[in-house]
Amino acid sequence: MEDKKNILTTSNLSIGYKTKNAENTIAKNLNINLSEGKLISLVGANGIGKSTLLRTLTGIQKPLSGTVFLNNKDIQTFDSVALAQNLSVVLTERLPSSNLTIFELIALGRQPYTNWIGKLSNDDLEKINSAIELTQIDHLSDKKHYEISDGQLQKVLIARALAQDTPLIILDEPTTHLDLLHKVSVFKLLKKLSKETNKCILFSTHDIDLAIQLSDEMIVMTETTFEQDEPCNLISKGVFDTLFKNENIYFDPEKGKFIVTN
Amino acid sequence: MFQNRNTFLFTFLLLLLVVSLLLNISFGQVAIPLKEVFKSLLGSNASKETWEYIIINFRLPKAITAILVGIGLSISGLLMQTLFRNPLAGPYVLGLSSGSSLGVAFVILGAGVLPNFLSEMLLSSFGIIIASCLGSLFVLLLVLLVSNKLRDTMSVLIVGLMFSSFAGAIVSVLTYFSTAEQLQKFTFWSLGSIGNLSWNNIIFLSNAVLIVLILSLFSIKSLDALLLGENYARSLGLNIKKSRLIIIFATSILAGSITAFAGPIAFVGLAVPHLAKLLFQTSNHKILFFGTILIGAIIMLFCDMVSQMPGMDFTLPINAITSIVGAPVVIWLLLSKKRMI
Repeated sequence: MEDKKNILTTSNLSIGYKTKNAENTIAKNLNINLSEGKLISLVGANGIGKSTLLRTLTGIQKPLSGTVFLNNKDIQTFDSVALAQNLSVVLTERLPSSNLTIFELIALGRQPYTNWIGKLSNDDLEKINSAIELTQIDHLSDKKHYEISDGQLQKVLIARALAQDTPLIILDEPTTHLDLLHKVSVFKLLKKLSKETNKCILFSTHDIDLAIQLSDEMIVMTETTFEQDEPCNLISKGVFDTLFKNENIYFDPEKGKFIVTN
Repeated sequence: MFQNRNTFLFTFLLLLLVVSLLLNISFGQVAIPLKEVFKSLLGSNASKETWEYIIINFRLPKAITAILVGIGLSISGLLMQTLFRNPLAGPYVLGLSSGSSLGVAFVILGAGVLPNFLSEMLLSSFGIIIASCLGSLFVLLLVLLVSNKLRDTMSVLIVGLMFSSFAGAIVSVLTYFSTAEQLQKFTFWSLGSIGNLSWNNIIFLSNAVLIVLILSLFSIKSLDALLLGENYARSLGLNIKKSRLIIIFATSILAGSITAFAGPIAFVGLAVPHLAKLLFQTSNHKILFFGTILIGAIIMLFCDMVSQMPGMDFTLPINAITSIVGAPVVIWLLLSKKRMI
């Protein structure tokens, strides 16, 4: 049971930006190991390089050095369709305005598998319907995407990623802009999906308290350290104490959350 | 239910297209009865020889041009609006018509400085077509060059607008230095005309439209993906640069050749995709593609009819009609439905 297959691994990965004259390294020697059926959260302060890391892990940005392996293959060597069949994403950006219905939006997730004009086969329809079922959004499927709430839209976008049927789903801050109740519901949905579909799900978030409670593993980025472990181990190692270096806030390991100093 | 509604709409539009085509041919300074139009279109002789002559040599080429121009401009408008995710985009956003105008302006307004035999050659209708083609081709090459360098599609749009105002400015400078006669000639060209095409021109134009329709048919899947934005489209395995190049290339051929033959016809390319979206209530490009084709052809035929209402012994410029007819329609539709695009 513990012998989980690795979906995404990195070896001595350095991330950052290359300009003409210099390399701006954001983090180096990263060794990440994401395996199937796990819900993994990525936390860190603003500007620490979470987005750069996600961009590198999704193959959009080239690493400065080291390699990202997706299913044991260098991610930079995938062609675009093969990559789309192995990795799906949920982004923070707003959708451009259109008349897309929820069903059509989710069906677009099947594009890497459909023919030249995008005709949906029975297999495609099956995948779409099971994604709708898993995320419990059947009642929305005929609505236009601008008619639903932010929380519902987030579930729809997750369903779209599910329909893409990839072993790895990466979400960039899926709970921003949501109230506590909807944050929890999105988190629990992700948790459920990782267990029921055995997919590996990686997401970045600022809701550290919730992430501690629900993630199987966490990746914590600070200026000096980079740790991937189970939340309880991270707490006992005292990693969260170093997350924000500020006198206004401290981490209470007993409660497992951040407390504002009075 | 949606399936049925679309089938109904398509049948309705198809019928409307046939009716507009017949009416378009029958309307004009000489009114030809519908029965006679039928007769000569079906190959038998019309009651009067002049009618048949008018139909074969004037009305039919003009109607076909109207259909080709309507389809071409509308489809390129649809492509541009989705590519740039901008409801204000049309076939001319990339500055193609300005390029054409620039070419034609150089020929018409600059002909004075050339030796006589050269300027006569250039000022023939053929010379103007060549100039217009070269002008838009020049802008097309610049846009393709730039769009290949730019990662961001929005920047391509801005560059197109810049080309457009740059070319416009040069045209202004040229008009400033030209005679009244030259100015009039240029103004007439810029008012657009779909009545002067020979059958050879029409064959050329239909080939251009056909090539582009095929290219756009193959772009439908990428256009649908682009509805989610470029980043999602990329994550779905779409090669953004390649699709963008195909779409821009297709639009440029269309806008360029149409402007060359019929002048810069405004508005149709911007308005028709919106009409299709409002009518079909969808963003699915498989439906929009055919909807836009039909509506584009119908609108152009209709505008052409308006431009030469029976009883008038003159023809109004088509470019003015498209805007006069089109603008209120779009405003009315937007007000009556809540959501655009």
